[in-house]
Amino acid sequence: MATIVAEPTGRPVVREPHELSFIRKYIFSSDHKVIGIQFLFLSLFFLLAGGLLAMMIRWQLAWPGQPMPLGSLFPETMAPDGIMLPEFYNSLVTMHGTFMIFFAVMLLLVGVFANYLIPLQIGAPDMAFPRINMASFWVAVPAGLIALASFLVEGGAAGAGWTSYAPLSAMPEASGVSLGQQMWIVSLVLLGLSSILGSTNYITTVINMRAPGMTWMRLPLTVWALFITAILALLSMPVLTGAMIMLLFDQTIGTHFFLPAEGGQPLLWQHLFWFFGHPEVYILILPAMGFTSEILANGSRKPVFGYHAMVGALVSIAVLGFMVWGHHMFQSGMNPLLATSFMVSTMVIAVPSAIKTFNWMGTMWRGNLHFHTPMLFAIGFVMLFVIGGLSGIFMASAPFDIFIHDTYFIVAHIHYVLFGGALFGIFAAIYYWFPKMFGRMMNEKLGKVHFALTFLFFNLVFFPMHTQGLAGMMRRLYQTTGYEHLEGLQWTHVLITISAFGLFLSGMLFAVNFAWSLFRGPKAPANPWNATTLEWQTPSPPMHGNWEEVPVVYHGPHEYSHPDVADKDWLAQNERPDVVSPARP
Amino acid sequence: MKWSLPENIATYGGKIDAIFWVITVVTGIAFVLVEVGIIWFAVKYRRREGRRAYYTHGNKALEVLWTSVPALALVALGIYSADVWAQIKGRDSAPAGSLMLGVRAKQFEWNVTYPGADGTLGTSDDFVVRNQLHFPVNRPILIQLESEDVLHSFFIPQLRVKQDAVPGMTIPVWFEATKTGGYQIGCAELCGLGHYRMRARVTIHEPDEYERWHAEQVASR
Repeated sequence: MATIVAEPTGRPVVREPHELSFIRKYIFSSDHKVIGIQFLFLSLFFLLAGGLLAMMIRWQLAWPGQPMPLGSLFPETMAPDGIMLPEFYNSLVTMHGTFMIFFAVMLLLVGVFANYLIPLQIGAPDMAFPRINMASFWVAVPAGLIALASFLVEGGAAGAGWTSYAPLSAMPEASGVSLGQQMWIVSLVLLGLSSILGSTNYITTVINMRAPGMTWMRLPLTVWALFITAILALLSMPVLTGAMIMLLFDQTIGTHFFLPAEGGQPLLWQHLFWFFGHPEVYILILPAMGFTSEILANGSRKPVFGYHAMVGALVSIAVLGFMVWGHHMFQSGMNPLLATSFMVSTMVIAVPSAIKTFNWMGTMWRGNLHFHTPMLFAIGFVMLFVIGGLSGIFMASAPFDIFIHDTYFIVAHIHYVLFGGALFGIFAAIYYWFPKMFGRMMNEKLGKVHFALTFLFFNLVFFPMHTQGLAGMMRRLYQTTGYEHLEGLQWTHVLITISAFGLFLSGMLFAVNFAWSLFRGPKAPANPWNATTLEWQTPSPPMHGNWEEVPVVYHGPHEYSHPDVADKDWLAQNERPDVVSPARP
Repeated sequence: MKWSLPENIATYGGKIDAIFWVITVVTGIAFVLVEVGIIWFAVKYRRREGRRAYYTHGNKALEVLWTSVPALALVALGIYSADVWAQIKGRDSAPAGSLMLGVRAKQFEWNVTYPGADGTLGTSDDFVVRNQLHFPVNRPILIQLESEDVLHSFFIPQLRVKQDAVPGMTIPVWFEATKTGGYQIGCAELCGLGHYRMRARVTIHEPDEYERWHAEQVASR
C-alpha cells in the first residue's frame, strides 16, 4: 500500500500570529489541551486527598479508639491524643465522598477528558468557547480550595454525609457544624457552575465543530459518552445548585424549605438531591464506558461490537436516568406506591448496562488481544463494573432494599461502580492518552504491577463489604462495636483496612510512574497504540490549534483489522479511501 | 460465621429472604457467564504473531437476544418484588388487630410510647419508655414512627424492618415476630455525632409475659 498522499484535504487552521506569554499559555490558557491537563493535576490532587481521608476512616473502623499514626498532628477538635472524635469521623466520611465524587472522579472523567479529547477526536482546532472553558477551570479551583479550607474552620468540615440530608445539614444545632456546611454548599455551587459552563461548551463543540466527514455515527464512543454526559450534567446540575441555595438559605437567612417545624419538608431535599444525584451516577460512569469501549477495541484490534447498540444504550441510559431517582428513597417515607414505579424503571435501566457488557465481550471475542496497561485496566473495568451492576439489582428490589438500605452492601456497590468502574476506566484512559498529552510514554512494567495490585487489593477491600452489609452492618458508623448482630465481625474491618493500605500504596506506584514519566519517560510517537481515531493522527503532544490542516474523515471510529487493508491492522479515520482501498468507493 | 443474612424472626422475613436468594441465583448466573467469558476470551484470543482479528461490527440477532433476556428477567423480578413490597410496606398492609405503639426518635435515643391501662394509643394515660421496645410474639405490631429533630432510621435486622423516621411525618411500620428473645434497634440514617451509639433494647415476650410487663409499668406510674 502506498503512503498517504500529502495534499491539502481540508480547511487551513487559523494560527495565533505570535507566541503566547507564559501566563496565557500555561495558567490562564484557553487551549483545551492545557485546560484538560490543568484539570488533570487538580483532580489527581483530590484523588490523593480523598484517598488519605479514606485511610483515616479505615483506621478508625479497624481499631476504634486507638490513636492514629501521626495522630498527634491533629488539633484537639479533631483527634485529641490522636484518637479520632465521632464528629471528625463524620466530617471525614462526608469529605471523602465529596472529594472523590465531585473533585476527583467527576473532574477526571469530564474536566480532563472532555476537554482534552473532544476537539482532538472530532477534528476541531479547539472548543467552541475557549474562554468559557478557561472559566470552567478557574471556577473549579476556588471550589476545591473552599472545600479543603472547611476542615480548618470552627466546627470542622461538613458532617452530614456527601448527600447532606436535611434537616441535619440545615440545623447547625443538630450537627455541630455551621460554617463548614455553608462552605460545602458554596464549594459545590461553584463546582456546579464549572460543570454547567463546561457542559455548554462540550455540547456546542460536538454539535458544531466536527471535521468534514465526521458524521454522528462516525464519532468515537468516547465522544458519544462525553456528549451524553454533558447533556446529563447540563440538565441535572442546576437542580442541585438550586437545592444547595435553598439549603444555604435555611441555614443563614431563616427560610424553611427543609425544616419541618416551620412547615418545611425534609423529603423535598432528597427528591431534589437525587433528581440530580441519579443522573450524576451516570455522569460518573458513562465517560468511563466510552474510554473502555475504545480501548478494548484498540487492544482487541477489532471494531467495537455493536456500535449502534452502544450509542443506543448511552442515549437510553440518559433518558431513563431521569426517571429512577426514587430508588434512593424506598425507605425514606415517601408514598410506597411511588416505590413500585421507581422499582420498575430501575430494573429497566439495568438493561442498557447489560447490553454494553455483552458488547464489550463481543469486542474481545475472536480478537487479537494486546495486553498493554490501558487494555488491562479496561478489562478490569468490565470485570468489576459487572459486579457493581449486578449488586445494584439487589437494591433495586424495594422489599430486599428494606434490609440492605444504608448498610455496607451499598458501600460495596458504590465503590464497585465508582472505583472498580469509573476509576479503572480513568486509569485506563490516563495510561492510554498520557503519551498524547505529554509526548512521553508511561512505564509499562510499572503500569502492569499497578494494575495487578490495584485489582487484588480493590477486591480484598470492597468484596467483603457485601457480606458485612448482609450481616446488617449500618454505614457511617463511627464504630461498629456494641451491636449484638455484628459481634465477631471486627476482624473483617481489620482485613479491609490492611488491604486498603495496600490499595493506597499501589496507587502510589501510579503516582511514581506518572511523575517519573512526565520528565523521564521515553519520547512518544504520534500513534503509539496504532489507533484509528483522529487524535493519534497529529503529533504527540499536538500543536496549538491541533492540526496542520483540518482532517477530513472517511471511516468509522474503530476500524481495526479491516479486510481491505493488508499491511497493517488499523485504518485511521482520516485515511483517504482511494489510497487505502482503490476497490472501494 | 456471618456470611449471610442474620436469623429471621419476622412473619414476612421469609418473603424478603426468598427475593435475596432468587436475585443471588439470577445474578450469580450472569456473574459467572460474564467473568468466565472474559477470562476465557482473554486467554483464547491473546495476541499471536501473524494472526488477524475477526473483522465484524456486531450481530443483530445477538443484540436482540441479550437485550430481551435481561429485560424480561428484570421486569419479572420487578413485578415479583412489587407484590411483596405491597404486602410489607403498602399503606394499608398492617393486619387488623395489630397492637399499636409509638416510636419517637431523637438524637440519639428511641422513645417508645405504650398505651396505658385503657389499651389504646393516643390517650392521656399513655406512657413513654426510653430505649426499651417491648412487644408480644405472634401478634402484628403497628408502630407510628416519628422523629423530633433530624432523620433517623428504625432498623431491627432480625425483623427485616427498616424505615426512616422523618420529622414532621408519622409513618406506619408493621411487623410480627415469630420468636421471643432480646434484640436491638439500630439507627441506619446518619443523624449526627452519636449516630453510632443510637441503640435501643428490643424484648419480645410471650403474650402473657407481655401483659404482666405492661401491667407492672402501668402500676408503677
